[in-house]
Amino acid sequence: MTVLRTLNLVRIYQNGGVPVPAVRGVDFTVEAGEFVAIMGPSGSGKSTLVHMLGGLDQRTSGEIWLDGKRVDTLSESAWAVLRRRKIGFVFQFYNLVTNMTVADNVELPALLAGMSSREARERREYLLGELGLTERAYAAPAELSGGEQQRVALARALANGPRLLLADEPTGNLDSRNTRDVLKLLGEVHGNGQTVVVVTHDAKVASKADRVVTLSDGMIVDDASMRRRRFPPGSAGDVVELHG
Amino acid sequence: MRLPLLALLAKEPAHGYELKQALEQTFGNAYPSPNIGQIYVTLGRLEKDGLVRAVDVEQSNRPNKKVYFLTADGREALETWVDEPTEGPRVRDEFFMKLVLAPLTGIADRMALINRQRRHYLSLMRDLTELAERTDPGDRVALLLIEGATLHLQADLDWLERCQEDLVS
Repeated sequence: MTVLRTLNLVRIYQNGGVPVPAVRGVDFTVEAGEFVAIMGPSGSGKSTLVHMLGGLDQRTSGEIWLDGKRVDTLSESAWAVLRRRKIGFVFQFYNLVTNMTVADNVELPALLAGMSSREARERREYLLGELGLTERAYAAPAELSGGEQQRVALARALANGPRLLLADEPTGNLDSRNTRDVLKLLGEVHGNGQTVVVVTHDAKVASKADRVVTLSDGMIVDDASMRRRRFPPGSAGDVVELHG
Repeated sequence: MRLPLLALLAKEPAHGYELKQALEQTFGNAYPSPNIGQIYVTLGRLEKDGLVRAVDVEQSNRPNKKVYFLTADGREALETWVDEPTEGPRVRDEFFMKLVLAPLTGIADRMALINRQRRHYLSLMRDLTELAERTDPGDRVALLLIEGATLHLQADLDWLERCQEDLVS
């Protein structure tokens, strides 16, 4: 079943009257349960694309379909409702609500999506636990490090059990240990059927995906299924052979 | 293999099998387990070069065993090794050759080469990620080795992206 489809999607910015194409005709389909990574050089249109998919940027032309419904023609308020119900979005800059605790930041989208307060609390406890943030639940976002804020942003995006998780560089500010926690959670929700589309530079994130789509100059230049190797390496000693 | 053996002998004299065990203990899963024949061959060469000496130790009921110890020359070789900066791995220039020469050959275009190489790196990265997940979190040496390989691979991918930006357009 197709969750997301774009047809000849185009975004052209105006820079002092000069048209600057950021996305130049993208046809792209994501099936339910797929984990797709979008890679490409900076300026290749990755962030613009994922922002349009989440209704955070307006397309210039083309179509976006979510769950069989055309959404690129929706008003901003209709998009807001759609995001509340169906889409989790992890921004490059975390956009947490500064005067609410971490716990409330994570529970809010669950409550808005119609969960009971008990369900929302359980969901929040699970997500914060997976991300090693249980002890930070009652802190304010400003008291957290950048890496912690980014993980809270991921927890918040997953709180309403979204149909589609969109993420823009979700490990951009994380050290290797925190990256591992984020990867583990992404792997886990993906294992439970979560559809994920993530823009990333981080090959560790991309290596978790079923598909890696590469953009160049606003167009898709590669769309690769990541098949598992038949004989994965057995121990760290093999790394020396792999990469020596 | 030569210098790791010298390093172990700097701690205390040992026979071949003890050295094999010490290597396994130190590196855990991080290095392929050395085979004992390889260790004896290396010790023989080190002895010939004057870096170690062996003495026969009598054992009751068993053939004598050879215990190796470090000579002054051996210690000097070890110190030189430790004090020197170590060459890093070089850029994968064979791929770069293919990439630069591709338009001349007419066999493959650059974008196709870059895409194939990226897929290859990503599948290696997937192997490393899975390996890291399977590795005992207490095995610091193995995890650091995997992380090193991961960082090199990330650099290869970043460089591939630069090639894509500059050579394909």
